[in-house]
Amino acid sequence: MAAEIRLENVRKSFGKVIAVKDMDLVVEPAEFLVLLGPSGCGKTTTLRCIAGLERVDQGRVYIGGRDVTELPPAKRGIAMVFQSYAVFPHMTVAQNIAFGLRMRHTPKEEIKRAVKEVAELLQIDELLDRYPSQLSGGQRQRVAVARALVMRPEVLLMDEPLSNLDALLRLQMRAELKKLHREVGTTTVYVTHDQIEALSLGDRIAVMREGEIVQLDTPHEVYDRPATVFVGGFIGTPPMNFLRAEVKSADGKIYLAVGNFSVEVHEEWQGKLQGMVGETLILGIRAENIEVRPTPEEGALPAQVIVAEPLGSQQLLTVQVGGDVLKVATSPELSLSPGQTIGLVLTKAKIRLFDEKTGEALKFD
Amino acid sequence: MEARLRRLLGTDTFLPYWLLLPTLVFIGVFFFMPLFNAIMLAFRADNGAFTLDYFKKMVADVRFIETLKYTFLLAVTIVPLQLVTALAMALLVNTGFRGSRFFLYLFALPLGISDLAAGLIWLSIFTQHGFLNSILYSLGFIQRPIYFISYQNIGLTFLAIVIAEHWRATAIVLVILVAGLQMISRDYLEAAEVLGARGWKKVWYVILPMLKPSLQSALIIRTIFALQTFAVVLALAGNIIPVLAGEAYFWHFLYRNSHIASAYAVLLMVISIGMTWFYLRFLRSRMEVIRG
Amino acid sequence: MSYPRLLRRTLLYMGVTAFALWVLVPIFFIGISSFTPRNEIYAWPKPIIPSHFTLETMRFFLNSYGVLNSLLNSVWVALLTLSFTLAVGAPAGYAVARFFFRGREAFRLGILVTRMFPTALLAVPLAVTFIRWGLYDTLVGVALIHTAMALPFAVIITTGIFMGVPKDLEEAAMTLGCSRFGAFARVALPLALPGLAAAAMFTFVISWNEVFAATILTVNNRTLPAHILTTIQASPLYFRFAGGFFMILPALFFMFLIRRYLFHMWGGATAER
Repeated sequence: MAAEIRLENVRKSFGKVIAVKDMDLVVEPAEFLVLLGPSGCGKTTTLRCIAGLERVDQGRVYIGGRDVTELPPAKRGIAMVFQSYAVFPHMTVAQNIAFGLRMRHTPKEEIKRAVKEVAELLQIDELLDRYPSQLSGGQRQRVAVARALVMRPEVLLMDEPLSNLDALLRLQMRAELKKLHREVGTTTVYVTHDQIEALSLGDRIAVMREGEIVQLDTPHEVYDRPATVFVGGFIGTPPMNFLRAEVKSADGKIYLAVGNFSVEVHEEWQGKLQGMVGETLILGIRAENIEVRPTPEEGALPAQVIVAEPLGSQQLLTVQVGGDVLKVATSPELSLSPGQTIGLVLTKAKIRLFDEKTGEALKFD
Repeated sequence: MEARLRRLLGTDTFLPYWLLLPTLVFIGVFFFMPLFNAIMLAFRADNGAFTLDYFKKMVADVRFIETLKYTFLLAVTIVPLQLVTALAMALLVNTGFRGSRFFLYLFALPLGISDLAAGLIWLSIFTQHGFLNSILYSLGFIQRPIYFISYQNIGLTFLAIVIAEHWRATAIVLVILVAGLQMISRDYLEAAEVLGARGWKKVWYVILPMLKPSLQSALIIRTIFALQTFAVVLALAGNIIPVLAGEAYFWHFLYRNSHIASAYAVLLMVISIGMTWFYLRFLRSRMEVIRG
Repeated sequence: MSYPRLLRRTLLYMGVTAFALWVLVPIFFIGISSFTPRNEIYAWPKPIIPSHFTLETMRFFLNSYGVLNSLLNSVWVALLTLSFTLAVGAPAGYAVARFFFRGREAFRLGILVTRMFPTALLAVPLAVTFIRWGLYDTLVGVALIHTAMALPFAVIITTGIFMGVPKDLEEAAMTLGCSRFGAFARVALPLALPGLAAAAMFTFVISWNEVFAATILTVNNRTLPAHILTTIQASPLYFRFAGGFFMILPALFFMFLIRRYLFHMWGGATAER
C-alpha cells in the first residue's frame, strides 16, 4: 500500500516569491517524514505540490513510481488532513468519512463497513450521526484523520493538523498519530512549525528554510548534529548555544580560544583544524551538554549567572561568558544565585563547529 | 501543441478569467456600448457630423438652469441629512440593547421600497386631502388644507421631496454604516473604555475615525444616486420640480428626442464622475492632513 | 439600576422608537389608504382612520386596464433578471473570492465604477439599440438592462458569499476524489446556497422596483412600475395609493426573508454561515 514519494527539481513560485526552490526529496515507503520550518519557509507549499493543489512551475513529482506532476489531486492516490480540518459542515460525520469512497463509487455495504472500522479506530463511532457544529475541535480533528485514512491512500499528507488544538489535547493526539502510523503504515508527510512535534513524530525530519531543505535526517541526528547554525538555533528548547571561537595551536596541539579561555578539541578534529589555525569558527553546544561547577576552577570556562529558572526536572541557567549569553541545563538541586561566578565544562564530544560565514557545520569524516 | 494549449487554458491560471468572461462581456455590451452610443447620440447629428446642437438646445431650454439647480440642491440637502440620520440609527442599534436586531431590520425596511412607491406613499401624506392636512386639521391648527405640493409653494414641494427621499434611501446608508461598524473589532472599543473613553468621546475619537471608509463610500454612493432622483419627484410633484433624470425621461418618452435625452444622460454621467472625483480628492487630502 | 443608567436606557428606547415610527407610519398610512373607500380619499375633512375598510379600492386597482398584465410582466422580468444575474455574476463572484489573479483588483474597481453609471445613460441609448436588435418592448430586453443594473451588486454579494465558504473545504473534496467542478458542486454550492438565495431575492427586488429603464424600453409590455408611472397623471389618487401599496408588498416580504444577509452583503468579507 505504502508508496514512495519523489520530488525532482521541483520549483514553485508565487509572483516574485519562490516558495519552493528546485527541491529534490525522496520519502521512503511507509516512512513518516516531517517537513519542519518557520512560517513562510515553503513547507506547506511543498506539501500542496505533492497533493496536486499547487501546480509546480518545473520539476516532476512521482508517487509510487508514477509521474503525477500533471494529475489533479483526485488521481494521485493521496489523502490530506488540513490545518483547519476542512470537515464539511453540511454533512454528518458518517457522510464526511464516506465522502471519498462515494466519489470512488465504492459499493454501499463496503462504505458502511469501512466507515465503521475507521471510526472505531479513531474512537468516533459514537459520533457518526452528528454534524460538525456539534463536535469539539479534537473530535473534528479525528473526523478529518478518519476521512483521510478510510481512503487507504498510498500517501497521507498532513498540514499542521495539531496546531488548532489546545496544549493537552495536542500532546494526546500526537501520541495517537504516532500509534496510528505504526498500525496503518502509510507513507506520511507531515508539515509543522513545532520542533517538538517533529522530533517526536518523524522517522526523518526535513528542516526547511526559504524554500530549501537545509537538513534531512533522523530526529536524533538533526538534534544532535545540526547541519547549520540555523538548524541548531531552530530545534531544541532552549536552542543550541553559539560561541565565537578562534582556532589556535600551542605545543603542536590545536585548541579553540573562547575569549581568554581555551577549549580542548576532540582528537579526531586535530588533523582537520590544523590547516585552519587563526580562523574564527562558531562553536555550538546544547544546554544539557555543559556541566556546571559551582565555583570557577582550572579547566572550566568562567561564567556569571544572570538568571536561574527551576523547571521541575531540571534547572535552566542563563549565564554570561564574555559578551555571549548561554543557556545551561543543570540539576535542580544546585543552589545558585544571580551574580555568582561559576565554571562551565563543555562535553567535548558534543561540540559542533560551524563555518563563521556560511553557518554550515564543519565535516570531520 | 494543441493539447498543451488546451491544458494551459484549463489550468488555474486561466480559470478565473473564464469565470469573469460573462460579466466582462455583459459590462461591455450593457455599460460601455451604451456609454459610447450615448455620446454618439448626444454629439452626432443624423447625417453623422459632429454637432453641439443638442447640447445647445438642452442648455437653451427654459427649464435647464432650474433643473440643474434642483438636482444639485436635492443632492446636497438629502445626502448630509441621510448620513446624520443613518449614523444616529447605527450608533443607537450598535449599543446592542435587547431587541436591537429587531430595530435594525426595521430601520432597513425602506431598502425594499422603490422610489416610485416611496413617492406614492408620501403623496398619501402630502396631497391636498392627505394625512398631514388631516392631522393638522384634527389638531385644530388649520381649517383649510395647505397645498404642500403646488407651483405656489415650491419650497414646501421641495421639502416634501427631500423628506420622501430621505425616508426611502437612508436605509442604504444605514446598511453600509452598520457593515462598517461590525468590522470594528470589539477590542478597540474595549481598549478605549479601559483608557477612559466613554459615551461621546468613544464615538468621536474611536468609532468615527474607524468608520471613515464606510462613511466615504456611503457618501459617494448616495450622492451619485441622489443626482439621479427621478420617480420620487415624478410621483410626488409631477413636473413642478424638474430634475436631470426627469428631463432625460421627458425628452425621450414625451418629445421622442433621444439625442437631447442622451445629452442629459451624458451630463448626468459627467456630474457623477465630477462629484466622485471631488470627494475622493477632497477626502484624501483631509486624510493626509490628519496623517501628516 | 442606577439613575443615570436608567435615564440612558429610557433615552435609548425613546430614540429607537422615534426612528421606528418614522419608518413605519408612512407605510401604515399608504396601507390604510389602499383599503379606504374611494370617495373618502377625497373627503375633507378626512378622518385618519376611514369609516370602514374595504377591498373595493384594491379590486379597482387590480381590475384596471393593463394592471394584471403588467403585474405578470413584472414577475417574468424579475425572474428572468435573477436568472441572468446569477448565471453571469455568480461565476465572477466565485473567481474574485477564490483566486488571486492578475487584474483582480482592477476588476473589483471596475465593478464599483459601473455602479456610477446613471440609469438614463444606459436606458436611452439601449432603447435605440434594442429597436435594431428586436428587443425593444420585450420582457427579455427589460430583463437584460435590469441584469446590467443588478450585476455589480450580484458580483459583490456573491464574492462575499463565496469568501464565507473556506477554500480548504473544496480542496479537501478535491483530495477526496472530486474534480474542481465536482468540489464546487458538492461542497461550495450547497454551503453557499442560502446566501445565493438571498442574492436572488435581492436581485428580484431590484428588478421589481426598477422604473426608469422599464419605462424607456417598453411601449405595450410595461412592467407594473412602468405602467403606474406612465399612467400616473391620468390616474385617480386611490389608484396610485393602491398601486404604491401593492408594489411594496412583495419587496418588503423578500427584504424580511433576507434580513440577516443584508448587512453582510455590504460587509463583503464576511458572509453569514
